[in-house]
Amino acid sequence: MKLLVCISKVPDTTSKINFVDNNTKFDENGVQYIVNPYDEWYALVRALELVEAQGGSVTTITVGTASDDPTIRKALAIGANDAVRIDADPSDPHFVAKQIAEYAKNENYDIILTGKETINYNGSQIGGMIAEMLNTPFVSLATKLDVTNNVATLERDVKGGVEVVEVITPFVLSAAKGMAEQRIPNMRGIMAARTKPLNVINPVEQEPLSSVVKFELPDAKSGCKYIEPENMDELVELLHNEAKVI
Amino acid sequence: MSVVVFVEVKNKVSKAAMEAVYYGSQLGSVTVVTYGDTSEEILKELGNYGAENILVCRSLNESNDQALTNLIGAAVEKTNAEFVVLAQDQTGKGVGPRISAKLNAGHISGAIDLPETSNGFVVKTNVYSGKAIAHVALHSAKKVISILPNSLAPQLNQKDANLEEFSPDLGTFGIKVKELKSQGDGVPLPEAELVVSAGRGLKGPENWGIVEDLADVLGATTACSRPVADIGWRPHHEHVGQTGVAIRPNLYIAAGISGAIQHLAGVNGSKVIVVINTDPEAPFFKAADYGIVGDAFEVLPRLTEAVKKFSASQN
Repeated sequence: MKLLVCISKVPDTTSKINFVDNNTKFDENGVQYIVNPYDEWYALVRALELVEAQGGSVTTITVGTASDDPTIRKALAIGANDAVRIDADPSDPHFVAKQIAEYAKNENYDIILTGKETINYNGSQIGGMIAEMLNTPFVSLATKLDVTNNVATLERDVKGGVEVVEVITPFVLSAAKGMAEQRIPNMRGIMAARTKPLNVINPVEQEPLSSVVKFELPDAKSGCKYIEPENMDELVELLHNEAKVI
Repeated sequence: MSVVVFVEVKNKVSKAAMEAVYYGSQLGSVTVVTYGDTSEEILKELGNYGAENILVCRSLNESNDQALTNLIGAAVEKTNAEFVVLAQDQTGKGVGPRISAKLNAGHISGAIDLPETSNGFVVKTNVYSGKAIAHVALHSAKKVISILPNSLAPQLNQKDANLEEFSPDLGTFGIKVKELKSQGDGVPLPEAELVVSAGRGLKGPENWGIVEDLADVLGATTACSRPVADIGWRPHHEHVGQTGVAIRPNLYIAAGISGAIQHLAGVNGSKVIVVINTDPEAPFFKAADYGIVGDAFEVLPRLTEAVKKFSASQN
């Protein structure tokens, strides 16, 4: 089985979110970067489990600059065989998807796995775009994946429930919570990751179709109004007359 | 300006569908595209929110991303539309990026407001798990906008919608649905306007009656924190937070939830947050509009009674 896992770097979940340069750039000061949890915990780990059980290889792919290399090495330490980095700034989802689709189209991957979203842009866009560019099925928000020969059985979150689907490879999926458990890399993995191949390749041409003009922080809460636990009539009155939500 | 709005309509017009149609009507003349066997009468209600034409594909019965992408693509071609608008729900997360790649159209994923057009075409969307907002500009001729549920109040915009059966060739695909495990017919969490949620402070699944009682009298949907879903007290689809469902209801009532940053990431879009916790130092109080330092076992039933009394006084 030949699997490709899309890996992106994101600020640690506890990072303070601030912006600089007139609110046009994320303030990286003091920020720790990690592998996007959906890419790592669910997509990468499930891919490794499948290959460990059935044979094959797991390659990671990242659109990013040299500043992504430490998080790519982390993915290699967890167990991926090799990594590809397309050397460009991942500014626009179409640009990113195009780079991955162009790389993957001649490589005959059975499954391309992404996380369901990154925790910085929360776009949930790349997997679906790659699938359309490669004209394959896309299983979004997958929580379970099993593969027998060229047929995969998945569970996915859909409106009002969980859907069980059967898909013939090749296809693309986005992985959500439930697909696998987080793995902590061991010392042997960390040592091995240093010498595993990380191939840096040049991007293909693709006009960005979107750009971020600026960021803003949501209005801060004006403070919590405390109500005595005996006085729930007052809370109902406030929710009705002041907050106007009931 | 021609706009294609994709909606799913089953037994009634959902709020997400109203929002999408209303949003589209603010951009131009709306052609709705949908599928399935929903009655003409129900579909025509979309005219109340600004739909002028409705194209319905009767032969398609399941939500297949590729088939839906081709269906929307055919509707865009037929109407020469500049915009595609849809809801950023589970179906939308599959279809939105696909249709944008197909049309080579810039994509707004999770719009929370109407576009600002004084200088280009800029739409706000939540980023950093709700901790910030990005103003995203689209540069392409065609544009795809996926709207985050509960982001704008759909208003009546009466049109006499014309309904037409639409059966373009959708192709065949290597994916089939084997089974659908339903969660019932309640309001799905992302669309719920009122949500009552509880966490480990409730001490056990047998105590959820007081949460459900309050939800019942409010007409709210129930939710829970991650630990509660992980240990199996409540079903996973009720888990709100960073790794669960992100919601933005009008009112979020949280009992016995401390308010870890990962939980806040899923609920910080709520308009009003009420926190009930025995611990006055619980971090959730910092994100709350109204706080009650008290025992959920006493406060929830008391709040339920107060809501009942209030509802009776309104009738």
